[in-house]
Amino acid sequence: MELFGDPAQWLPFTFAALMGVSILVYVVLDGFDLGVGVLFPFASDSEKDMMVASIGPFWDANETWLVLAIGLLLVAFPTAHGTILTALYLPVAIMLIGLILRGVAFEFRVKAPTPHKATWNWLFFAGSLMTSLSQGFMLGKYVMGLESTLGTWAFAMITAVFLTVAYSFIGACWLILKTEYTLQAKAVDWAKGGIWGLVLGLGLISLATPLVSPRIFDKWFTAPEIFWLAPLPILSGVTVYWLWRALGRLPNATDAGARTPFMLSITLFVFAFGGLAYSFYPYVVPEKLTIYEAASAPESLFIILVGTVFVLPMIAGYTALAYYVFKGKAAELRYD
Amino acid sequence: MDTLMLSRIQFGANISFHILFPTITIALGWVLLFFKLRFNATGDGKWMDAYRFWVKVFALSFAMGVVSGITMSFQFGTNWPGFMETVGNIAGPLLAYEVMTAFFLEAVFLGIMLFGFSRVPGWLHTTATFLVAFGTSMSAFWIIVLNSWMHTPQGYEMRDGVAYATDWFAIIFNPSMPYRFTHMMLASGLTVAFLIAGLSAFRWLLGDRSQGVRATLRTGVYLGALLIPVQIFMGDMHGLNTLKYQPQKVAAMEGNWETQSNVPLLLFAIPDEEARTNHFEVGIPNMASIILKHKADGVVPGLDDFVSEDGEVMHPPVAPVFWSFRIMVATGMAMLLLSWGAAFMMLRKGRGAEGLPKLMLFAMVPMAFSGWVATLAGWYTTEIGRQPWLVQGIMTTEMAVADVPAPFVATTLGAYLSIYVLLLTAYIGVLFYLARKGVDGDVPRRRTPQSGEALARQVPAE
Repeated sequence: MELFGDPAQWLPFTFAALMGVSILVYVVLDGFDLGVGVLFPFASDSEKDMMVASIGPFWDANETWLVLAIGLLLVAFPTAHGTILTALYLPVAIMLIGLILRGVAFEFRVKAPTPHKATWNWLFFAGSLMTSLSQGFMLGKYVMGLESTLGTWAFAMITAVFLTVAYSFIGACWLILKTEYTLQAKAVDWAKGGIWGLVLGLGLISLATPLVSPRIFDKWFTAPEIFWLAPLPILSGVTVYWLWRALGRLPNATDAGARTPFMLSITLFVFAFGGLAYSFYPYVVPEKLTIYEAASAPESLFIILVGTVFVLPMIAGYTALAYYVFKGKAAELRYD
Repeated sequence: MDTLMLSRIQFGANISFHILFPTITIALGWVLLFFKLRFNATGDGKWMDAYRFWVKVFALSFAMGVVSGITMSFQFGTNWPGFMETVGNIAGPLLAYEVMTAFFLEAVFLGIMLFGFSRVPGWLHTTATFLVAFGTSMSAFWIIVLNSWMHTPQGYEMRDGVAYATDWFAIIFNPSMPYRFTHMMLASGLTVAFLIAGLSAFRWLLGDRSQGVRATLRTGVYLGALLIPVQIFMGDMHGLNTLKYQPQKVAAMEGNWETQSNVPLLLFAIPDEEARTNHFEVGIPNMASIILKHKADGVVPGLDDFVSEDGEVMHPPVAPVFWSFRIMVATGMAMLLLSWGAAFMMLRKGRGAEGLPKLMLFAMVPMAFSGWVATLAGWYTTEIGRQPWLVQGIMTTEMAVADVPAPFVATTLGAYLSIYVLLLTAYIGVLFYLARKGVDGDVPRRRTPQSGEALARQVPAE
């Protein structure tokens, strides 16, 4: 332990970083499959089957990142876990009900008698929408310091819509990568429509966070930080421009660049998340509780860390295997 | 009702709904591996038929388990923040290990197990099936370690009202863990055995005489007949372990108010907590003393020992524990009767499923869900039996509850309950629908495929 100095310092930081990575991976991975669900009403029945086929082998594992993220919050910062989740009691409940509905609709829509399929399709959409909206709502409340006023409510409603748009955008980019023909062409149109919502949402949160908290304002807009932080918004702008150009070239006969929009949207998510993480560090409950104050006993964190060091690379490895096995354009899901 | 009671009902409803599905997937994973290995060894297509049918049930149950499980991981925070604040240093690492060593393993390989048969080499598909089964069992292991620790905590010290781990080996191998884990794994095996037997009997009654349905009916009946005596023995051992560490729970299970010798085994009674006595007792003399102490005049602890001098009751509510225990035992006895009866008839003259009388097949269909009844009754016995403690001797349930307004909890509880009723109806409906569809689709039988690839060409898509 000499090597790292005081474990009460580096352990909470390590766990905050792990939790951040889990949230980011979750937002990207479940983001695209939630987005696919949100786009359901715009697709025909056979396209719906193909959309589900494109996410079917992955969604379970994608959702596990949420369990890991909330698990890390629970085990590493138990007091913060309680404070945040009791403050977000109702949106959390709506999210959970949404997750339940869409998760089971995945199975029921193909296994229940055919006349019920339309109902399960609808529940799949409704569940995806409830989950996306409530996560966006929670993001807004969190940015506003978990305060409950009319203003924070209104702001959270707006972030709810924008996060949903962002999810449908990355969902559309996933469909461009995984599908062909008319569905792919439709997905390109969805992405072109969604990108403006995404840009607006990013801009809004970027403006709101420093305005709400003087501390965050100072972190961004004082020298010398402002100089090495300036590339972040600039790079985001470049990425958006590049995304727009990439979408303009699709669909095409050789399917060239079909992967690009999805990769670029991941990049954009990483930038946005990086900005937020920088703003809020070292707080886990905004302006109230830092990661150092909220952390569990170092002994307990250490024993989790030992496991994590071994297990996380394995998880990454077999997740890669699953994406490799199901690479290429989505095909009809079959059990044989 | 107040927030505490509503939160308890909500968590109880969530965990009851949740446990139904892992109880199926834990053992069904291993049964699927068995089917796959039989197919690999014999090349007989009936085993793949069985695999393909039951993997659908697995997929559906797994999805139900995942989504209801996510709900619980959030409820620790939304409704029971005091739990993690007090024992988070112990519960945290155990939960973290569950997520890392079990959840990801099963969730990732599930995709390959379900949809990878014609995409990956046969060995990788078999390995994926194994890893999913292994993952579900690992998950059961870690969560039962934590649950058992809440019943029989050790390996910790309290500092300023917070528990700190001192000995992880003692925490993991706490006194009730081996018993509870074995009891639960066997319960899962029995649930699946009766589910398989029940749905196969249903298909048989509809006229399905395929090799696949014969194979699964046999598997279900023999598995049930094999596991039930082991379970009865294991349950008894678990009870003796509870007597040692949580005597108040056993006293409630027996409905025994006073510490005394020659305690009867009550078959029926209405426990009355106001009067602190039972009404309408029907019992077998001395039997409880014999079961628990192995002699007729053995002294069995009574509930009155667990009331403090100022009248505070520190034992669980009696009637729910008393009755859940009896429902569990009665279901177990019905399982014993049915599976041994069916196994005997099938073995006699070697007639297999043809040797089963129609009445017995009819009885198997509702018994498909007997595992659920017994498992829930068993968990109610042990969990209500731990009250008023949340973690035995460390914190009461009341200490952990969140300060959320009661109307909030009432709203979410109402929402969860209505969704659970809807989903449970849909789930059971779809199981029988799949079984019926299996009958229509599988008769007459297909040719026996040689490999996954050949199979993928032959079999029309779902």
